[in-house]
Amino acid sequence: MGMTITEKILAAHAGKEAVRPGDLIDARVDVALGNDITAPIAIEQFRKTGRKTVFDKNKVVLVADHFAPNKDIKSAQQCAFMRRFAREQDLTHYFEGGNAGIEHVLLPEQGIVLPGDLVIGADSHTCTYGGLGAFATGVGSTDLAAVMATGRLWFKVPETVKFVYSGTRRPWVDGKDLILYTIGRIGVDGALYQAMEFTGETVDTLSMDERFTMANMAIEAGAKNGIFIPDGVVETYVHQRAERPYRFYESDPDASYKDIVEIDVSGIEPQVAFPHLPENVRGIRDVGKIPIDQAVIGSCTNGRFSDLATAAKVLKGKKAAPGVRLIIIPATPAVYKQALTEGLFDVFLDAGAVISPPTCGPCLGGYMGILAEGERAVATTNRNFVGRMGHRKSEVYLSNPAVAAASAVLGRLAGPDDLGVLY
Amino acid sequence: MRFEGRAWKFGANVDTDAIIPARYLNESDPEALAAHCMEDEDSRFVFDARPGDIIVAGTNFGCGSSREHAPIAIKARGIPCVIASSFARIFYRNAFNMGLPILESSDAVAGVSEGDTVEADLSSGRITNLTTGAVFSSKPIPPFMQRIIQDGGLMGHIAKAKEKE
Repeated sequence: MGMTITEKILAAHAGKEAVRPGDLIDARVDVALGNDITAPIAIEQFRKTGRKTVFDKNKVVLVADHFAPNKDIKSAQQCAFMRRFAREQDLTHYFEGGNAGIEHVLLPEQGIVLPGDLVIGADSHTCTYGGLGAFATGVGSTDLAAVMATGRLWFKVPETVKFVYSGTRRPWVDGKDLILYTIGRIGVDGALYQAMEFTGETVDTLSMDERFTMANMAIEAGAKNGIFIPDGVVETYVHQRAERPYRFYESDPDASYKDIVEIDVSGIEPQVAFPHLPENVRGIRDVGKIPIDQAVIGSCTNGRFSDLATAAKVLKGKKAAPGVRLIIIPATPAVYKQALTEGLFDVFLDAGAVISPPTCGPCLGGYMGILAEGERAVATTNRNFVGRMGHRKSEVYLSNPAVAAASAVLGRLAGPDDLGVLY
Repeated sequence: MRFEGRAWKFGANVDTDAIIPARYLNESDPEALAAHCMEDEDSRFVFDARPGDIIVAGTNFGCGSSREHAPIAIKARGIPCVIASSFARIFYRNAFNMGLPILESSDAVAGVSEGDTVEADLSSGRITNLTTGAVFSSKPIPPFMQRIIQDGGLMGHIAKAKEKE
């Protein structure tokens, strides 16, 4: 019997010919990631192992992105603690200040994660790298510490659910809408403990950025990982970035799946996830009149160049509605520079936007756009839990960048069609 | 290992932002985190939960972020054990790694009301509602996992094993 791409990558890293769902394996890890929130605990746990040095200074990656640039003294202390460790261990991939960006955009961009890799990160959105055809999953700080010490970790091989997308997308429908729709259909624990494999003729038309967006939100369905079969789009993205060999895996035709979910995308409109769960989705025509106070365009989900370009297309020549705070957060220094040199900043500034340095910032209620009691935000981020972006009586509506931009202009939840912008 | 305590009931999909809001993640001191445990989910919990109380919740408990601060905050608040219909994947692993025992039983969740006294036995997986007398079963926690809990988590367990060498 054949294997899925997830099973093949896990088998290869466990030194086995084959693995099956439910198998417990001990596997080699290619990249281990921590950030300024999770690394401090991992470093303390690493010390308890008695090891003096990490297993490989090229494979442990630390990024100051959540509460950095430092938002307060306590955050500064955490960043300083992580910095001291990075210097002590002479880590090759340590990012802060003008080198740092949102980790899950930064690592693929820098060629640090590659197709066929097994990646763990002490951040739940580590599953983003499945867009490249890597097995990537979020873990806690203690599991990260174990990998820092040994380069290995135990895993339970997940069952895989195959999602097959077919049909032509409507205007303004992007990867974000496909994943929100999917989560709406299966629920926030619809893929609990499982691998989500994204396939089908529609998936072939998705850009690299859109694939990252979809894999990124696999965790919002409870999945262990989300993964795409790498193709020419991935090859184009990685071949100039990679400084080490990589491998394209694909699922065998006779691989077995727990379930196969077929989704015809032709009827899907831009989606909005209402408070307080990502599964509470509605098509843009069914959102009603919901006034907003803030629009956030950024995050590991939608802070890439193409996301900002889409927002600029909608915002060009327009202004954010009075009373609406439009916050744009390019995810990395490279995205920031490209947006600047290609004239997007002019569009954003003319629209009255605030442009933030790269940071996770408001997505998790850190800073750089916190909501007051009773305020509502539309955001291209990934979670709309109670209190996620600020006060526990504030609300977050998740959408794609075009909807967030159009909503900012109209001051209420709206799509680009409501604004009369041509696709 | 056995625990007996008063039940705090929560619904489905209690996420890690509810367990410990990200605004408090600028430090990782367990006591500091415990002071805000469940703050946005049920503000009474911060003031009224007593050491020894047990959390009883619906499906997908601990969904969302990978923050280990979540089981740290629960444990430091004096909660010895969490019973839920199901747990989110990363939280499940983090809980044992931090030495917080968790049990899965939809029947127990349905059969326990807020304020009931609950007894949980890890070795047998038996959950008893001492207020009503109802008995429920969950998957027993194997002895090696109980030792991880007794040693205060995975790293404490590894350190202890090293001492014995």
